[in-house]
Amino acid sequence: MTYFADVAALARKDILLELRSRDTLPAMLLFVVSALVVFHFSLPSDASATASTGLLWIALLFTALLGLGRAFTAEREQRVLDGLVLAPCDRSAIWLAKTLGVLVFLGIAEAVALPAYALFFEPVGWELVAAVLLADLGLAAVGTLLAAMAAASRARELLLPLLFLPLVIPVVVGGVGATVVDDPGRYLGFLALYDLIFAILSWASFEYVVAE
Amino acid sequence: MIQARGLGRRFGSKRVIRGLDLEVRAGELLLVTGPNGSGKSTLLALMAGLLAPTEGEIEVDLPRGRMGYLAHEPLVYKELTALENLDLYGRLYHVVERRETIGALLERFGLWEVRHQSVGSFSRGMQQRLALCRVLLHGPELLLFDEPYSGLDASARTLVDDVLAEATGAKTLVVASHEPEHVRPLATQALALA
Amino acid sequence: MSLRNNRAVLLAAAAAVLLVAGLALALFWAPEDADQGFSQRIFYIHVPIALTAYACFGWGAWKALRLLWTRESRYDLESYTAVHMGVIFGILTLVTGSIWAKISWGVWWTWSERQLTLFLVLFLFYCAYFMLRFSVEAGPRRANLSAVYALFGVALIPVSFLAIRLAENFIHPVVFTRDGPQMSGSMFFVFCVCLAAMLGLFASLYTNELTGKRLDARLRELREALE
Repeated sequence: MTYFADVAALARKDILLELRSRDTLPAMLLFVVSALVVFHFSLPSDASATASTGLLWIALLFTALLGLGRAFTAEREQRVLDGLVLAPCDRSAIWLAKTLGVLVFLGIAEAVALPAYALFFEPVGWELVAAVLLADLGLAAVGTLLAAMAAASRARELLLPLLFLPLVIPVVVGGVGATVVDDPGRYLGFLALYDLIFAILSWASFEYVVAE
Repeated sequence: MIQARGLGRRFGSKRVIRGLDLEVRAGELLLVTGPNGSGKSTLLALMAGLLAPTEGEIEVDLPRGRMGYLAHEPLVYKELTALENLDLYGRLYHVVERRETIGALLERFGLWEVRHQSVGSFSRGMQQRLALCRVLLHGPELLLFDEPYSGLDASARTLVDDVLAEATGAKTLVVASHEPEHVRPLATQALALA
Repeated sequence: MSLRNNRAVLLAAAAAVLLVAGLALALFWAPEDADQGFSQRIFYIHVPIALTAYACFGWGAWKALRLLWTRESRYDLESYTAVHMGVIFGILTLVTGSIWAKISWGVWWTWSERQLTLFLVLFLFYCAYFMLRFSVEAGPRRANLSAVYALFGVALIPVSFLAIRLAENFIHPVVFTRDGPQMSGSMFFVFCVCLAAMLGLFASLYTNELTGKRLDARLRELREALE
């Protein structure tokens, strides 16, 4: 199907862009490890293990924000987005390709963050990994759409966190819940529900965000 | 092919185009002139479908993929090479025999030697030439040129003249320029924006 | 034009009557609650305001959907006005809820009130809506972005509510319980009057503001036509 060929072409381009500039991913990796170190100093010694779990999720959230803030800079600076929007491909393909790219970055950042967390704080169980993977889908899907919105505005980097944080509160609940509670199934299921609803919504409405 | 009725576009409180009626038939060349800020670029963006009208309507009888739009910016990624940029657009526009078409265009516009250089290192003239490659890549039937001569040296200007000359009659063209002398002899219609 | 005027006046009058009636009923006629006493009467204001806020956001999302579907620019104004009203009613919900919490339990805020927490999240979300609108120039682009965001908001409402419920399992707020009023017939009647009053207030304010904004736009159009 040409749709997936378009997505592949766009995703290829995004990977190439990151390989050339090599700025977003290293920044995300450094940020998440720095954040974890800061958290060590900000947690009083009698804080529970679950408190540090919460902080891990905050670190992941803000690392995602960091990456998302850069998601459309190349397109925005040179107005290349106009060129992509004019192409006959479905505009949602642009969203899908970007989201896949963001997912890859998040995955790599977490591949560093989770071992660091296990080293600094406490062991990482399968529930945390599953929750993180599910959360990534929702964060990337919604974040990519909102990043495009912010890129279209005057405020740009200022606007993205404001749009992003209220929308991802459910993700934090699902993620922390799955890690902390005895029966994580419900929370993982909730994360999957969030992913489904907001991925579909983002996919369908991206057209209206980039074209008039 | 292009029909506008009562077309208007405002940005915030500023009205750039107001009450415009026009019709461009297939094979025609419309020359749009006017001072800076008169709405030439806006009109072309409206035709391309990048902007929606705030009043009136505009109809272009052509799917997106059969249209070529040359904007002020070259609409290419600075971090990628000329070849990579054209390859991307070639894939997105589903160009048949992509490699050959790209090669021929790069050659024609004198960019073959620098095809592996990143566009960030290109001069303004080279970027504009790459933009011309991008626009012609998929063999569009409608060409929208916004200031095609800006930033070009004499040899590049000749290239643009050639493109216009061979497109006249065969394709539909809308050219916006504030130095219209090159284009006026070819134009079948002229529109002067205030 | 005059017919529309008449309708607007009638709507405002009806809303005013319902409001006065509802407040009077709530304060004087409704039976006293056994547990909480007089303070429970805030319920008759707080919950209808909350429900009206939901109605505003829902109405705004519906208009947003119409905008994206038909691309007619008038829906942008309608959607924005509805969301605007929704935020006002949302603030009122937070304020009345806070007052009720203070009277009931002596604290100005508690996380154990799911409704209140949900409204806080929504309040943040729709404040961002205004930031979004503020930082994009007026035009089809801003209309589209606002509409998409308004739709996300409406999807967020049930998802957030579910999240807040799930969060209670591990957040363990200091739980203040309040037996939801087992509404007797007369209580239910008063509640309905107040709800109708709040919805009427929304409808009246909405029509009013919309007319005003449309007049502004028309005036501007006429002014430009003269230039």
